[in-house]
Amino acid sequence: MALAVGCRARPGKGRDNKTGSWRVFKPIFDHEQCSKCGTCQTICPEGCITEGFFDPDYAYCKGCGLCAEECPKDAIAMKQEEK
Amino acid sequence: MRELRIHGRGGQGSVTAAELIAVAAFKGGVFSQAFPAFGVERRGAPVQAFVRFDDRKVRLRSQVYEPDYIIVQDSTLIKDVNVFSGVKKGGIVIVNTEKAPDYKVPDGVRLITINATSIALKVIGLPITNTSLMGAFAAATGEIKFDALKNALMHRFPKELAEKNIEAARQAFEYVKAEVA
Amino acid sequence: MLEITEGSMAVADAVRLCRPQVVAAYPITPQTHIVEALAEMVANGKLDADYITVESEFSALSACLGASAAGSRTYSATTSQGLALMFEVCFNVAGMRLPIIMTIANRALGAPLSIWNDQQDSISLRDSGWLQFYAEDNQEATDLHYIAYRVAENPAVQLPAFVCFDGFILSHTYEPVDMLSQADADRYLPKYAPTERLDAADPISFGMYATPEYYLEFRYETDKALKEAKSAIHAAGKEFGEMFGRDYSAMVEGYQLEDAETVIVAMGSICGTVKDTIDELRKEGKKVGLLKIRVFRPFPSEDLAKALKGAKHVAVLDKNISLGAKGAVALEVKDALYGSGIPVYDYIIGLGGRDVQKKDIREVVALAEKGKGDQFIGLRKEVL
Repeated sequence: MALAVGCRARPGKGRDNKTGSWRVFKPIFDHEQCSKCGTCQTICPEGCITEGFFDPDYAYCKGCGLCAEECPKDAIAMKQEEK
Repeated sequence: MRELRIHGRGGQGSVTAAELIAVAAFKGGVFSQAFPAFGVERRGAPVQAFVRFDDRKVRLRSQVYEPDYIIVQDSTLIKDVNVFSGVKKGGIVIVNTEKAPDYKVPDGVRLITINATSIALKVIGLPITNTSLMGAFAAATGEIKFDALKNALMHRFPKELAEKNIEAARQAFEYVKAEVA
Repeated sequence: MLEITEGSMAVADAVRLCRPQVVAAYPITPQTHIVEALAEMVANGKLDADYITVESEFSALSACLGASAAGSRTYSATTSQGLALMFEVCFNVAGMRLPIIMTIANRALGAPLSIWNDQQDSISLRDSGWLQFYAEDNQEATDLHYIAYRVAENPAVQLPAFVCFDGFILSHTYEPVDMLSQADADRYLPKYAPTERLDAADPISFGMYATPEYYLEFRYETDKALKEAKSAIHAAGKEFGEMFGRDYSAMVEGYQLEDAETVIVAMGSICGTVKDTIDELRKEGKKVGLLKIRVFRPFPSEDLAKALKGAKHVAVLDKNISLGAKGAVALEVKDALYGSGIPVYDYIIGLGGRDVQKKDIREVVALAEKGKGDQFIGLRKEVL
């Protein structure tokens, strides 16, 4: 690969890098318990939790568990994923 | 190559004098070089500035140790600094003083004294002696033409200040011309 | 036309004629007159540039880095401790391949504090990837700015450059200099046309991080670009000579070299004093010559080895010292002459503004002829 002069680079796209495969634990959202407070969406470092009933995009969710840790209703459970 | 060393005190304009003499000499058709002995600029401290004159480009960068000409802007320096050090035989020393000399210049060196301070006080109203001494230098050595000196001063200072300094230089020039003759 | 002016004013004027679009600098003795003059030119509308006032040299060069990456012709000036404070940014500028030109009014580095001249400051940045030009007089100091921009902005080079001239000894000296007209300067130095630049509409990053798999390759390429800059320097110097009569195509320049047995190698203003001394020694029948190094980075090893082929003794004057080793120039000269059998002696001289006189140069020649060297010149007896 030819190197760019001065290590210059065009910006890449985070969406091209599907990080879902990094996951060991998978967050399972219980919509019965959810109060739609939005904390999980705010806290998600990957920005992969969408509005409505707050569900993660599993293509990108790395399974960090922050949403489960912060959820005031304990509506998110981290389950080991079978691979 | 001829060399000039100027001894003064910080604030007396020795560096400006060296620069203006070099400018006037260059305008008169010789190659010149002027530079200060790069000290820390402190008012009253002994300072030196140098000028070289040659008919070809000046390459030498050292300070001046064996001058053809010396200007002493402040005669009290003679006690503190060896101002006559290295002066060449046949050289010219110009000292700003109002007193009769109580010191000796080396053999074969011509001493010219001039009361540049009183000229400066009378004409400029300030004890800034460098322009008077430039006039004296022009008359004593012939290295620079008075007209070239006048132009250099006109170029350097605002009109009114330049005119006063030119008048001071002219009075010193004429005084020394008469002395030399 | 020749005009008599102070070195700093001549350099500031040459910089103005190069039409920099951004100037960022922090004043420091003995560079101050240059940046004061440029600030005044910008304020008076004589130079159409943004002058960015900053609170330190680190910020000055950082501002230049950004401006250059955004595609501006960019200028700064500093010396000594100021350059030391820029150390980190210097490496970044070179690594990002930004053609910033910086005047170095060479000055010693503390401690002890010294405002006076030697070349320790720029020499200490020799590994940073900047081209380094050294001027013998104020004519050369001004001319090298046009050449530096031409070379630095060459798409095959894309590297920053120092134009070094000795602090006080040149910066504060009045002497005649032939200045180019604006039309001539424009003819020689066209507008800067960067290959890539920061642009919000077309985003790009400069100096991205490199993993161990790639860092080595980036260093290889920057080194290669610096070495290959030799041909660009030759071409730019030659063209300058063809246009204005002062030829700077050679990276090393001989004086009375043809039959010289003892050759002094030196950089910067000391070369003038050496030339005058050589004229005297020649009259006394001594075969002495000078090889002046104008470009220290990239180092002209091949040219130097060729020029010194006939020498019996090579005496290198170093206005710097790599403490614990030798003078930086001598180390390079020894490397260039390795295997030739020509003895190279190093003389540390003129540090911290110690005046260098013709008698000092005579002492160096006498020592080299006796095969003595690798020593300081003019040390006070009490330290011996």
